[in-house]
Amino acid sequence: MDFDLMITSFPKLLGATVVTLKLLSASLFFGLLLGLFFAILRLNKNIFINKFAYSYSYIFRGTPLLVQIFIIYFGLGQIEYLRTTFLWVILKEPYWCAIIAFTLNTGAYTSEILRSAFQTIKPGIIEAGKSLGISNKIIFYKIQIPIAIRQSLPAYGNEIILMMKGTSLASTVTLMDLTGVAKYIISTTFKPIEVFIVAGGIYLFMTFIIHNVIKYLEKKYSFQQ
Amino acid sequence: MELLAFGKTGWGDELFYATLMTIAVSITAMLVGFFFALIFTPLKLSKYKTLNLVGNFYTTVIRGVPELLVIYLFFFGGSGAIMYVASIFGYYEYIEINAFITGSMAIGIISGAYSTEVFRGAIQSIDKGQFEAAKVLGINKFGQFYKIILPQILRLAIPNLSNVWQITLKDTSLISVTGLVEIMRQSYIAAGSTRDPLFFYSFAAVLYLLLTYVSMKLINKLEVRYNKGY
Repeated sequence: MDFDLMITSFPKLLGATVVTLKLLSASLFFGLLLGLFFAILRLNKNIFINKFAYSYSYIFRGTPLLVQIFIIYFGLGQIEYLRTTFLWVILKEPYWCAIIAFTLNTGAYTSEILRSAFQTIKPGIIEAGKSLGISNKIIFYKIQIPIAIRQSLPAYGNEIILMMKGTSLASTVTLMDLTGVAKYIISTTFKPIEVFIVAGGIYLFMTFIIHNVIKYLEKKYSFQQ
Repeated sequence: MELLAFGKTGWGDELFYATLMTIAVSITAMLVGFFFALIFTPLKLSKYKTLNLVGNFYTTVIRGVPELLVIYLFFFGGSGAIMYVASIFGYYEYIEINAFITGSMAIGIISGAYSTEVFRGAIQSIDKGQFEAAKVLGINKFGQFYKIILPQILRLAIPNLSNVWQITLKDTSLISVTGLVEIMRQSYIAAGSTRDPLFFYSFAAVLYLLLTYVSMKLINKLEVRYNKGY
């Protein structure tokens, strides 16, 4: 065991954790919006809209995240037309490509989580709202969404942790996130176990925090029976 | 379509063999995972606190750390660890383990953590009366497990194991970083030499979709079979 290496690599890895957290928070934020949008599309009665939303989630859940990042980062740059538009400013940056890929990926999973949460809301609750003369819009925003959020918290917590692990793939498109820096230190020092313990420890710590925050929220928003 | 031709002019046959490699690695990893689950599920369900701790340590660490980091640990640390063990037995030559073994071991350990959780959940949700009834009927321990408990565990575990299989299948794309030529690696090579990454990575996505679709269909059949009695 090389404890000196563990101590010297710790600040470097901690610095890289900031990149990981930035990637995670950006993709979770956009992914939640995208997921909500597609979950609402899934509940639409129109069969085409419904099928469209289903195939989106099916494709992104059925293929590895690595393929998705590679298509966006290496693949899209190949289209000549894209290079001339303003989108190229975003798509030439690996940072934004990673965020786009993560957003699309987590959006697919989130839409499934939210859809199933919406579907488990008892029709009686909506009917009760209707019989009180509350408008459909307010029923949706004030009754259905809060209940759906509560229902989907445990599954969404898992998704956050999966996404946090997913951000490690940003290192494959040259970004120096926690895994990227860890790999760099391993390949220069050939001390994989020490670096793994430190980097893995940081990841585990983040998992621990996320897990407990979700647990706290679950308790806070649980129904008073 | 020319790019996908079989033979020397296209990448069809290379991608076909790469797909077979992905399937082989996934199956090996899944089996390695079952082996780990076989060890760690009893530990997690044990009466002894220390054994519980060991089981929980395994599943928590592996499920909380990115797959890629585990793969790097195996890729860079694998041959070192083997050589260390060999040096104890007096063998000092350089040993290189091949990418297939490293890859399927790394993915197998990850998939094992998920399988352990699935089996633990399935065993815990079986009614205690089932164990007691089997005992009362005078069935021996072996018969109790294989004829009464195991079929029930499988019925409960198969839907979740199919999720584990999907995760494992998708995780195998990550071992392309170690140089094992599976779908992702082959697409990378093809994309590099034809300068057509969009096509090859999209084709890789289609191959993965095909694999998940077909395997889901097969697993659904298994599910129906084990649900016969219900």
